[in-house]
Amino acid sequence: MKSNKKMGLVFFPAFDWAISPTHPEREERLLYTQDQVSEEGLLDIDGIIELRPSMADFSDIDRVHICVPQAQKVTTVSHLLSAGGAIAAADAVMTKKVDCAFALVRPPGHHAMRVVCGARGFCNVNMEAIMVEHIRHKYGRKRVAIVDTDCHHGDGTQDIYWHDPETLFISLHQDGRTLYPGTGFIPELGGTNAMGTTINIPLPPHTSEEGFIYVTENIILPILKDFQPDLIINSAGQDNHYADPITDMNFSAQGYAHLTSLLQPDIAVLEGGYSIEDALPYVNVGIILAMAGLSYEHVKEPDYDPVRIRQSNKTTDYIKEISEKILCLYGEAKCRRGLFIRERNSVTRERRIYYDTDDITEIQKEEITVCDKCAGTIVIDSRSDKGTICAVIIPRDACDSCTTEGRERFARLDRQKYDYVYLQDRVEDNYIREGRK
Amino acid sequence: MGSMIIGLDVGGTHTDAALISHGQVANHAKVRTDYKDLYSSVMGALDQVLDGVDVADLARIVFSTTLATNSVVQGKEDPAALIISAGPGLDPTNFLPTRDYYVVKGGIDHRGREIQPINPEEIRSIAREIHENYLTCLGVAGKFSTRNPTHELDIKKALGDGFQYIATGHTVSGNLNFPRRMITTYLNAAIYRTHKMFFDAVDRSLASRKITAPIYILKADGGTMGLHQSLDYSAQTILSGPAASVMGVLGLAHTEEEAVVLDIGGTTTDIAVLADGVPLLEPLGITLGPYKTLIRALFSKSVGIGGDSCVRINMGKVTIGPDRAGPAMAFGGPQPTPTDARVVMGLVKIGDHDRAVAGITGLAEILKVRVEYAAELIVNTTCRNIVNEVNAVIKQINSQPVYTIHEFLEGKVIRPRKIIIIGGPAPHLAPRLRELFRTATTVPEHYDVANAVGAGIARTTTEITLNVDTEREVLYCPEEQRRENVSSNFTKKDAIRVAFELLTKRARRMGALEEKIDMELVEDMEFNIVRNFYTTGKNIRIKAQVKPGITSKFFA
Ligand SMILES: [Zn+2]
Ligand SMILES: [Zn+2]
Repeated sequence: MKSNKKMGLVFFPAFDWAISPTHPEREERLLYTQDQVSEEGLLDIDGIIELRPSMADFSDIDRVHICVPQAQKVTTVSHLLSAGGAIAAADAVMTKKVDCAFALVRPPGHHAMRVVCGARGFCNVNMEAIMVEHIRHKYGRKRVAIVDTDCHHGDGTQDIYWHDPETLFISLHQDGRTLYPGTGFIPELGGTNAMGTTINIPLPPHTSEEGFIYVTENIILPILKDFQPDLIINSAGQDNHYADPITDMNFSAQGYAHLTSLLQPDIAVLEGGYSIEDALPYVNVGIILAMAGLSYEHVKEPDYDPVRIRQSNKTTDYIKEISEKILCLYGEAKCRRGLFIRERNSVTRERRIYYDTDDITEIQKEEITVCDKCAGTIVIDSRSDKGTICAVIIPRDACDSCTTEGRERFARLDRQKYDYVYLQDRVEDNYIREGRK
Repeated sequence: MGSMIIGLDVGGTHTDAALISHGQVANHAKVRTDYKDLYSSVMGALDQVLDGVDVADLARIVFSTTLATNSVVQGKEDPAALIISAGPGLDPTNFLPTRDYYVVKGGIDHRGREIQPINPEEIRSIAREIHENYLTCLGVAGKFSTRNPTHELDIKKALGDGFQYIATGHTVSGNLNFPRRMITTYLNAAIYRTHKMFFDAVDRSLASRKITAPIYILKADGGTMGLHQSLDYSAQTILSGPAASVMGVLGLAHTEEEAVVLDIGGTTTDIAVLADGVPLLEPLGITLGPYKTLIRALFSKSVGIGGDSCVRINMGKVTIGPDRAGPAMAFGGPQPTPTDARVVMGLVKIGDHDRAVAGITGLAEILKVRVEYAAELIVNTTCRNIVNEVNAVIKQINSQPVYTIHEFLEGKVIRPRKIIIIGGPAPHLAPRLRELFRTATTVPEHYDVANAVGAGIARTTTEITLNVDTEREVLYCPEEQRRENVSSNFTKKDAIRVAFELLTKRARRMGALEEKIDMELVEDMEFNIVRNFYTTGKNIRIKAQVKPGITSKFFA
């Protein structure tokens, strides 16, 4: 048997890591998936190869995150290996060893924002962002689209790419009014310099295959076509499944495989999904077959019944309605980008960020320089139990004026006011952290 | 019982036999392998080493044969039917080894729970059809049957008593991999008759020579099993050749280190690897021609470089193999070979020196160099190619995936400290290989019959898998067809104890005679089964094996 696309699989189940023994994010989360993948003989298929994870290093993390107090303190080896797994998948694709790759790794990362004071929604650092910035650092400038199909809003990835016009972030998820983290609404369209490169598709509870495929065909694919990415990344969370214990959706293995075959991601990275026995084994086999361009028609959960899980007509109508609204706002957002630029020099937002897994509250003020030549320099003021910090972020390919402004502002920072100050200089790939003098 | 051992290995070119007495090779024989009459080759070699031996002194005879290998590699094994119960998942017809297959109702999930029952009436009607097609051997393989064999056993029962042999999937291996299980089950059924007929004949001949010592067969993983037991595991005896050589090296060149074993033959060089003196195994099983199997085997990579490989000049460069056109020119072959180069260099005084010189001269003229220089170039290229292949093998082994943080951090990396070379050309290539590897190289005594010695001294080995699910309160060992209830507070410690008990019994049944059986855990994992954030049970997975190695009696 031979696959139609050459596919790489990084399988790192971290059988010896858990948040706690009965936590959903625990040792055996991928155990039954590994059983199913082994028993189906997927790795014997010509064209599907297993890749060994590498270990990410702290510079990979510092390229994306501002860790308080530092990367070494907010991560464990498992996080470096999970990120390293995503990086191994990316390297195999970028060097053309394979056509596409799937990193079946844990722990997940899509709730991890730019500033990391602890763990949020089982996530400490953002695997996709670490991988994408590794790609850009190693292989040059790329337009990247990240499509997050986890049931929870990918608020971490959204935060990291909020101001980046070269990264399109699309999240489809269960409506934030009914599920953690309570964000990801339609008007969240991106920051001043990147309006329209963040898209949120909040779906009502009990959405089934029909609804997911509808928004994929009618929102995601057209916007991807418009954006023209060099790479499509899928944050492949699997908690939209009807058997998932912590969500309320009605998606299936067949649906996930179909969605994957429509999306044709270059790299997929596992996110959530906690029905470890009844959903994950089948969803993962479906995704792997779909990525490899093979038939997945017989991949079904033992209790799969498409009629039983079908969404109501009301849900179908509602999804059509929000789809129109999203497409309309997407069109407007691109025009609004210009308006801001004429009006202001900088834009500020202030937020309170709660780290539910570690019970930490952070108060954050973020100021972005309005710029029509680059993503704009960002200055972040953050205070939490972990310390008071200030970080200056000069984006990749920053224009001269934003670069100069960033470096000057970092030099001028009042070191006495903060426990730590950070410079994340992406132009020079230079990361500085200084403690209070 | 006696103290002498006979090992016998049927190789591609030669059949070797060795008589081992008190840890010494007392006699050995080499006869040409006649594929049309393997029985005569085997008995011929055997009779030579038996010459002058009192058969009452024999402790055992071990055969390593490639009996069915060629037919399997060429897809010419006996026809056999295959009954498959797959349930949902990949379409099993993607992997079929035979046209006589039947996909039937029934399904088991990854925890051994029934998804869909089988239909005995369906099976009975298939049995009639198989009879009508005059097939007498068949296999039954189910997805996840290693987690619950009930369906395979029920299908076997429904098939009735009218067949000569029915192989079942859960007994071939405890490992997961349904396509490989289908194929291996099928091979067990397809090879059964050939295997049985051959060894019945050998058994009769030995009896007529008044030999009562137990007879063993070497498996591809370097362990042995009793002749009688081998009938149910005939596929495991395919391709035992590389295992014979590696076991021979373990006996002849005692090493506790990481080492590479090179068996340089006429057509190929087999590369095997020892870690701490123990041979590495294939992760799942060997690939045989078109078939990926669950046949446990020593890791061995065969590359097309040997004494009889064709030597050519391509764009001004010497190439070796991968094909063989016949024997060396010195022995009347059609094409110059590395053996001819060795003859030209005066390393060996064999065959027709003039023919060898003529062959190498032809190549020297194309290269516009002296004939001696061309000969040296050929030997160097042969060695360099072998070194490159070895390095690629080591790299491949070291990049195998790991599944736990512990394994990753442990990061065991193989760095060979020694190269052990056997096979005909071994002593002549060793010096050059030593220079290229910059590592110690050893050519053990009896390097040309190491394979036969290896077969003789290999230990009886076997392995078992144990799955315990304390939520469902079941314990299951597929290899032993053992399924029993356990209490919900059954622990990993209990599981390990049961595993060693079952393994000991199994090893005895397979023919292990040692007083103390050397066993080890290969895997011991324990996971929580959680329902609604509460632990409701444990999933315990144990794999244990008799340590592969050489029998202690060898050193007695
Ligand atoms: Zn999620
Ligand atoms: Zn700028």
